[in-house]
Formats: sequence, C-alpha cells, structure tokens
Amino acid sequence: MALAAGVDVGSTQTKAVVIDEDRTIVGRALNDTGANVMKAAEDTFQEALRDGNLREEEVEYVIGTGYGRYKVTFGNSQVTEISCHARGAVQMFPSTRTVVDMGGQDTKAIRVSETGEIVDFCMNDKCAAGTGRFLGAASAALDIPLDELGATARRGGRPVKISTTCTVFAESEVLSWLGKGKKIEDILLGVHRSIAARSVGLLRRVGIEDEVTFTGGVARNVAMVDALNDRLEHPVNVSEESHYIGALGAALFALDHIFESRMPASAGESR
Amino acid sequence: MRYTAGIDIGSTYTKTVILGEDNVIAGRHMRATGFKLAEAAEQTLNAALDEAGLARDDIAYIVSTGFGRHQGSISDVQVTDLTAAARAASIWFPNTKTILDVGGQTMKASRLTEDWKVKSFRLNDKCAAGTGAFLEKTARYMGYGTKEIGPLVDTSKEPVAISGVCAVFAESEVINHLSQGVPPADIMHGAFVSLVGRSVQLMKRVRMEPEFMLIGGILRFRRMIEVIRDQIGADVNVPRGDLVQYAAAFGAALLGHRRLAKLERQDTALATP
Repeated sequence: MALAAGVDVGSTQTKAVVIDEDRTIVGRALNDTGANVMKAAEDTFQEALRDGNLREEEVEYVIGTGYGRYKVTFGNSQVTEISCHARGAVQMFPSTRTVVDMGGQDTKAIRVSETGEIVDFCMNDKCAAGTGRFLGAASAALDIPLDELGATARRGGRPVKISTTCTVFAESEVLSWLGKGKKIEDILLGVHRSIAARSVGLLRRVGIEDEVTFTGGVARNVAMVDALNDRLEHPVNVSEESHYIGALGAALFALDHIFESRMPASAGESR
Repeated sequence: MRYTAGIDIGSTYTKTVILGEDNVIAGRHMRATGFKLAEAAEQTLNAALDEAGLARDDIAYIVSTGFGRHQGSISDVQVTDLTAAARAASIWFPNTKTILDVGGQTMKASRLTEDWKVKSFRLNDKCAAGTGAFLEKTARYMGYGTKEIGPLVDTSKEPVAISGVCAVFAESEVINHLSQGVPPADIMHGAFVSLVGRSVQLMKRVRMEPEFMLIGGILRFRRMIEVIRDQIGADVNVPRGDLVQYAAAFGAALLGHRRLAKLERQDTALATP
C-alpha cells in the first residue's frame, strides 16, 4: 500500500502528515519553522515518518504547502494553503462549508463546496491585526507563554475592551490595562474576543454558512474557540488535530496524484 | 509678568511650557508619558516651573491638550492638540497653511484658515505604519535603540524600498534585506521614505498648501525633513531644536493668555454700567 505526505510550512510552525490509501493519518509531526525553512521541512517530514514507523521509500508522493511550500525541496509539487485547508477541513468534518484558518501571520476565511472546492476566500495578510501575531504581542507584553494564553484567558470573567486595532498599539494597551490594575485573565479574555471579532468580520465577507471549521495553529487555543463560538452563536468544528488540517489537505492532493498515476495512460487503450 | 502653562499629554511624551504674556517661553520640560497620565502632567509642570524659577501660584491659567488632556484636574480648560498647534503657528510661522504632526503613535495633518483656526484635518491613530512606532520597530528588528535612529539614518546614501505596510510584518522584510547585505542605515532610510509616503497621502486629503509647518517627535530627525521636502517639492518650516516637540504645549499656553484676556474683557464689560 502506498503512502502520501503533505508538508505545511507555515510562517511560525511546520507540520507534516503521512496518510495511507484509506486517507487515514498514519504519521504526523510539528516543529517551529525558525530561520532555516528548508531544514524545518525536512526534519518535520522525517519526524512524521518516525512517528508512524514508516519508511521514506513507502511515500510515493509529497506535496508542499504553506508560505514556505517552495522550500520543501524533496516534495513532488506544491499546492496553495487555501486549497489544502479547504480540502483537509472537508475531509475531517465533511459538512464543512466555511473554514476559518488562524495562523501565525495571517487569518483566512474560505467558503467551500460539498466536495471541498473553494467557492470564495478572503485573507488578512497585509496587517497583523486579528492574526496569531496579536496573541504573540500579548504573550510578550504579559510574559505568558503562547500555549498558556488560552487557559489563562478562560479564567477571566470580566473581559476588558481592547480598543486598538494595530498589533503594535495593542501591546501598549495591554500594558496600560495592567497599569490600571486589571487582572491578566480579563485582559487576555478581551484580547481573544477582539481577535475573534475581526475574524468573524473576515468570515462575513465570504459569507458564513454552516458548518464552520476552525483550522490552523491558533485552533489549539481553547479561549479562541470559545470566543469564536460566542461571536458566531454556534459552535465551530475543531479537533485535537486542527493545526494539521493544511498538511492533511496537501497529503490528500498527493494521494490524488498517486491514484491518477495508476490510471491507464490514455483512455483510448482501455477500449 | 503674567504666566500661563500649556501641558501636552501625548501618547508617548508629555510636554509642558510656561509662557509669559510676551510670548517668551520661561520654562519647559518633557518626559515619557507612561501609564500614569496625571502624574506625568504634574511632574512636567513642576519641572518647567523650576526652570522658570516660578511657583504654582504664579501661573494664572493652565490649558491641557493632547490625547490625555482630560486626565487629572490641574488644568482650567482643555483644547485639542490640533487647535493648540494651529495657534503655535501664529507666532512661529504665521504664513502656515498646512501642519503635519508625526508623533510616536499618531500622525495628523491639518489645514488652517487665515486666522490660524483648523479648517480640516485627517489623522491616523489606528495603524502603527504611519507613526514613529514604525521607525522604532524597524530599528529594533536590526538591534538599534530609538536614540540611535537619527545617527544611523544620517549615514545612508540610498534608501532601500520597504514594500510592506504593517509594522509587525516589516520584521521579515527587514531581516530579508539584512541577509542580502543591505546596510541597516539604508533600511532605516527606506522606513523613513515609507512613513513620509503615508504623511503626504494624509496631507493631500486636507488639500495641502504652503507654507508647511512640521512638528512632532519624529521631526527631530533631519532626514525626515529632507525626505518630506523631496516628496512634496516645497520648502518646509520646522521649529528649531526640541521646540519641534513643544508646538502643542506652546500653543495651549498661548490660548491660555487669550482666554485670560477674554475673561478680563467680560469682567470689565460687567463692571461698566
């Protein structure tokens, strides 16, 4: 049985997924992308193989995606992360019609058809407001590790209202709330709500249709899931593996290639 | 001599001017605003009084301005910093028609009437890209502090193009340029050009016309003045030395004297049968 792989090289983290012919994930890995993008792609792919006790020779086709997709030098081809997130989201949650992907440097809203094809999309990549970088700024300002932000915010009861849009100014606003004696959890809850509000604004531009699936690294943040649910007044689909959805989509496209290559070379021969 | 005080509580710095009725500055002081705005106002007022050799009782009227003007209760009246800066122009550069103010967290352009009132204005305080924060971030990505920006950019011969807008995302662009061997000075220069591009857009929206008065903390940089002059193709007036940062405080103190004079006229009118 052949294997297919997808490597999603994001601005912040690199994810790799290996699937079998039944579209089941058999190996996965995640690393910080860091400065050496090529090495991050290679290392993460190798780690995913080790995770599933797989051999590299078994992998017939590899697709790179994400902003660093052209640095996946061992890959066979590339697909944009928008296509991959759409495809992966529909695979994981078949009733998905809208995808919100929150990564380290951009937020995307994607509307998909029943077959996982893109109907419309919209992204915020010119400005850091409403992206994972906003959380990064809060994390730096309050000196709380990124992966603890969600749990901390969840303890908040009276969210402060974050009035600034710009991530640079938000950093000083966070500190000024701290100076005014607000609790860290209430400030963070406010930060999460502010990002959710901007993301839902982006989603409205493509049109929100149920079900909404939340993908990307920020999907692991429980407070962001809460904030999106509140704002949308409807729970979003999210899983433990939401941040692998882009890589999963890439692996599914890779599997398509494998199946296509097995088809007869020309329809004329199979008369 | 009668004195007034103008206190400009800005997003980054708080400035106080003590002004005699001869329009001569008797004392001035500036410090980082921080998060306790009332404290910053109080401290700069006291320091400016010390410099002037005056006591609090010697001040007949206090006018506060800037984004934090409503904080604390030491002022008799509050005015916007646009109004205050326009009044400063009446003394410093009386032919001013357009004022550009670039501060740490805001950028403002205003058009004045013949008698130094604000006719129209535009401001950017939503995005760091058009403010001093953009320069500060760019410097920091290269390992330079705010104080090193001026000396650094002075050594540049040719700016490198900065295409991104966001001050946060500029980080990757800056790192790219550095890795390609572009000198930090030229990157800093590029950030200046990008910032000035935004300033000119803002001035166009108020239908800019000469003469120009440039003020605000970012105009401390000579390079900034040169780049603006190049981009608008006209001469510009800039208050000398650190006065460039005191325009709104100075204007507020001037307005204090006007207000006092007006109150006196009213009193006289009431007293005469």
